[in-house]
Amino acid sequence: MVAAGSAVADDVLLKRPAADLLGARPLPPGLHPPSSLGDPRMPEVEPQEVERPGRSEQEIVFSLANLGVTYGKSLALTGVTMDIYKHQITAIIGPSGCGKSTLIRCLNRMNDLIPGAAVTGSAFYHGEDLYGPRVDPVVVRRHIGMVFQRPNPFPKSIYDNVAFGPRINGFKGDLDELVERCLRQAALWDEVKNSLRKSALALSGGQQQRLCIARAIAVEPDVILMDEPASALDPISTTKIEDLMQELKEHYSIVIVTHNMQQAARMSDKTAFLYTEVDQGTSERWGILVEYDATGVMFTKPCDKRTEDYISGRFG
Amino acid sequence: MLAGLLVLLFLAGMVFSTTRTALPIFREAGLSFFTSTDWQPTAGHYGALAFIYGTVVTSAIALVVGVPLSLGVALFLTEISPRRIRGPLTYLVDLLAMVPSVVYGLWGILFLLPHFLQPVAVFLNRYLGFIPFFRGPVSGLSYFGAGIVLAVMIIPIVSSLSREVFSAVPVEDRHAAYALGATRWEMIRGAVLSRGRAGVVGAVMLGMGRAFGETIAVALLIGSRPEVSVSFLQPGYSMAAVIANTFQEANGSGIAALVAIGVVLFVITIIVNMVARALVWRFVR
Repeated sequence: MVAAGSAVADDVLLKRPAADLLGARPLPPGLHPPSSLGDPRMPEVEPQEVERPGRSEQEIVFSLANLGVTYGKSLALTGVTMDIYKHQITAIIGPSGCGKSTLIRCLNRMNDLIPGAAVTGSAFYHGEDLYGPRVDPVVVRRHIGMVFQRPNPFPKSIYDNVAFGPRINGFKGDLDELVERCLRQAALWDEVKNSLRKSALALSGGQQQRLCIARAIAVEPDVILMDEPASALDPISTTKIEDLMQELKEHYSIVIVTHNMQQAARMSDKTAFLYTEVDQGTSERWGILVEYDATGVMFTKPCDKRTEDYISGRFG
Repeated sequence: MLAGLLVLLFLAGMVFSTTRTALPIFREAGLSFFTSTDWQPTAGHYGALAFIYGTVVTSAIALVVGVPLSLGVALFLTEISPRRIRGPLTYLVDLLAMVPSVVYGLWGILFLLPHFLQPVAVFLNRYLGFIPFFRGPVSGLSYFGAGIVLAVMIIPIVSSLSREVFSAVPVEDRHAAYALGATRWEMIRGAVLSRGRAGVVGAVMLGMGRAFGETIAVALLIGSRPEVSVSFLQPGYSMAAVIANTFQEANGSGIAALVAIGVVLFVITIIVNMVARALVWRFVR
């Protein structure tokens, strides 16, 4: 991990295996997509990052208990209790306005940036309270990267976009090598290797989004949060991003928000379904977690009627 | 449409008549208009270098002192200040831009000069006197004094334009930087300043345009001595100031010579402003 600013908070957030804290059960092997390590585009990575699925996936990355968010006086999300596992893709689905983005933004404290937002309940990251008094959100975000709905590269060169995170983290190694490795990992290297100094804004939307993924992994995070990363992209770019995520989950834990159920079914290991509740009296609306299970179970025999209705397209 | 045409006609007429008046001077003086400091229109000497130099030096001082302060104000207003005081503060800064320049000049000469400029000038001369720019003897009325008051005068316009530029930086950019573990300052440097660079350059150039053209405040503070001196602590003269100060007594070729200075000033200011507007427009659009 790259040297971070605050020594105290960094200590609090040291990576720590949490598997022994909770006896997580292994998933049936059928749920795993084929490994993509054989892909020639994949670069060499440090040995400790290549943890084989099967063992590491039992580790819990996030443990949420009764998590809720309010914006000012209005409730946005409530009662979310779920564990998110290492080296898996966890999809969060649900209709618009059900708090999917709000939930994912709790995980790297991006909600701190929204005035009036307050988080209730608890969110533990490798056993550490994300909202503990001594935790520095800046350090949290260095461990937990994020890719946004709309591609948002900086108006700098492609190279400088990828190098931004390492630079502010005081990266001392070979920056050229790191940039190349991240761009390769984001399956963008072959398209941009001859134009690294060109503005990132000249790239297509799909390329920009892969650049944003390269930028996110350049700080060597533990988790990548993706907030509808493909919703602004065309189908071909979407496919590329999805393929890419299958490769990335070998090294990172991924949480993805999507309103595309097929996408969730295609690529996630676990799926959480959020739904909107409406107060009949005040017509206030807020999101709740309806159901959370292995993706295969969610899409074949969900327990909750609302999940079933949503998945079969009866509403949404 | 008609009004627009009228403005255009007006401008064309102005350019035409001033240039026609000034042309004999340019023809007679040739390049020495820009290279000589010998300014005696009655004797046929038209060296305007001292005035051009004074305008450039005072404006440069104004930018060096004023721009960092302005950017600080703008960043404070957009990024740091609590929401509650943001509105009133913004209004206050914009209000500064509305103070008439003669008031700035009077304030400079009556208050700032004895209580601030003079002591600072003495201090600079004592400790940095080995640098030619701060060589003595120290004069209160000087490039330095005029430059500082100009700096105060450009702060409102530069900071209010930069503030608009900064607040136009999309929230996605800011969040992208934060999501990479940037602190607030790293976010400002990486996202706000890099996205706003062109706009800020435009704002600075608009401030420069104002500094170039400013007449009264500079006329009151620069000392009205038509010479070129390397030291900022010595009196000098500026293009706008010499026109304002000597027009009353001038006649014949003297008037034409002042108009010639006006034409040069006009051309410089127009170019600076056009480039600045283009930069700001390209950004804020």
